[in-house]
Amino acid sequence: MSAGPIAIVDYGMGNLRSVQNAVEHVGGSCVVVDDPASLVGFGKVILPGVGAFAQAVACLHETGMTAALNERREAGAQILGICLGMQLMCRQSEEDGLHQGLNWFPASVVHFDAEAGLAVPHMGWNSVTFQKDDPLLAGLDSGGDAYFLHSYYVHCDEPSDALATAEYGVRFDAMLQRGNLRGIQFHPEKSQEFGLALIKNYLELQC
Amino acid sequence: MLKKRLVAVLILRDGQVVQSVKFKHTNVIHYDAVHAMEAFNKWAVDEIVVLNVSRAPDSREQFVDVVANISRHCFVPLAAGGWIDSEEYAQRLLRSGADKLVVNTILNDDPALVRRLASRYGRQCIVGSMDVKRDESGLCKVMVDRGMRKVEAFPEEWAKRIVELGVGEIFFNSIDHDGARKGYDLVSLEHICKAVTVPVIAFGGVFTWDHLVQGIQANASAAAAANIFHYTEQSTRKAKSHMAKAGVDVRLQGRTLS
Repeated sequence: MSAGPIAIVDYGMGNLRSVQNAVEHVGGSCVVVDDPASLVGFGKVILPGVGAFAQAVACLHETGMTAALNERREAGAQILGICLGMQLMCRQSEEDGLHQGLNWFPASVVHFDAEAGLAVPHMGWNSVTFQKDDPLLAGLDSGGDAYFLHSYYVHCDEPSDALATAEYGVRFDAMLQRGNLRGIQFHPEKSQEFGLALIKNYLELQC
Repeated sequence: MLKKRLVAVLILRDGQVVQSVKFKHTNVIHYDAVHAMEAFNKWAVDEIVVLNVSRAPDSREQFVDVVANISRHCFVPLAAGGWIDSEEYAQRLLRSGADKLVVNTILNDDPALVRRLASRYGRQCIVGSMDVKRDESGLCKVMVDRGMRKVEAFPEEWAKRIVELGVGEIFFNSIDHDGARKGYDLVSLEHICKAVTVPVIAFGGVFTWDHLVQGIQANASAAAAANIFHYTEQSTRKAKSHMAKAGVDVRLQGRTLS
């Protein structure tokens, strides 16, 4: 396991406790970081998030966290976005108008089609199909169920960025990976042993 | 596609897990909520609902502590409710680790608060609990305030009304069926499932694993039980395999965490 605690970015959106609980449960340690200057030096950074895209982006910009995250990205830190955190890593979202994200993945965030007759948000346990190999998926079987809760989904321009997909009326990208950047649309901290195993694998990634 | 959920409910009175029979809670089950939680976590349960049924409003403080303790060991979604009558208390429950808020009495007494909670946290965060009871004339009516006050509304009307208020999910119970070991109130359940598009969690009366299947067949998205899980070893795992064998599409993982 790589040394040092994980930074969990606190930019004012949502409850970070369950992510902390999960990291600690699988043997990691973490520090909640709300000061961008304090993010420097962390080899692993989790970007969580629950809530609205536009407000989250505004919070990242206002707190100066955008620049700090970009600095960590350039420095090669292993960055993991969870739920809204993954969506923030994309180019843009159409949630409540069109809003620009961090633009780390050439991908867009779009609304589930209500006309498909499916209840939105997509809430509950759904199976996750792996699309390529990655140390994050080590020891896990494709097709396992994870807990999802979201009204908007990610569609990657480049299929090679999709680490895993899921289906809810439409096939969408449930996990992303490019270099040191990864995203998980579902809630690994609420997905029992499937999710905890992902978090454990994340802890063991080489920086 | 989405799996049907198996939900374990913990009924708490004064911080202790109790058995519920027609909304009376005389039987204390002799283990604490965290131990119950750890067992559920290992045994394939998909979601936990924890309800504070104490009659005393000052049980709020202790309940926040229980939620905080449970959430530390809870790696599935956790819904918490009982005595939520202000934004401040709702926020404390969420900060203590609850993922969803279960509301009941304020749906009748303070609909504006329900709207505020739904707009602040999103409707997926608000679970509308509705309890029904047959009156002297045999008509099924909605009850609030721990089953003590009747609302002049039929279950399906009430279900529609609370969804309009911003409830993203319905937690259905029947006071007549609660703890009565004869399965869910399937008639009311079916009416409610037809009336709304949000997911409905069936609760109240499960005594056999087949009762869970009946709830799903009545179109509930999730089958919940409480008492039965406390008396059977590896109960949630057995419940899950029974549901799967009956053809219900459930999550089959949930092996013991190392």
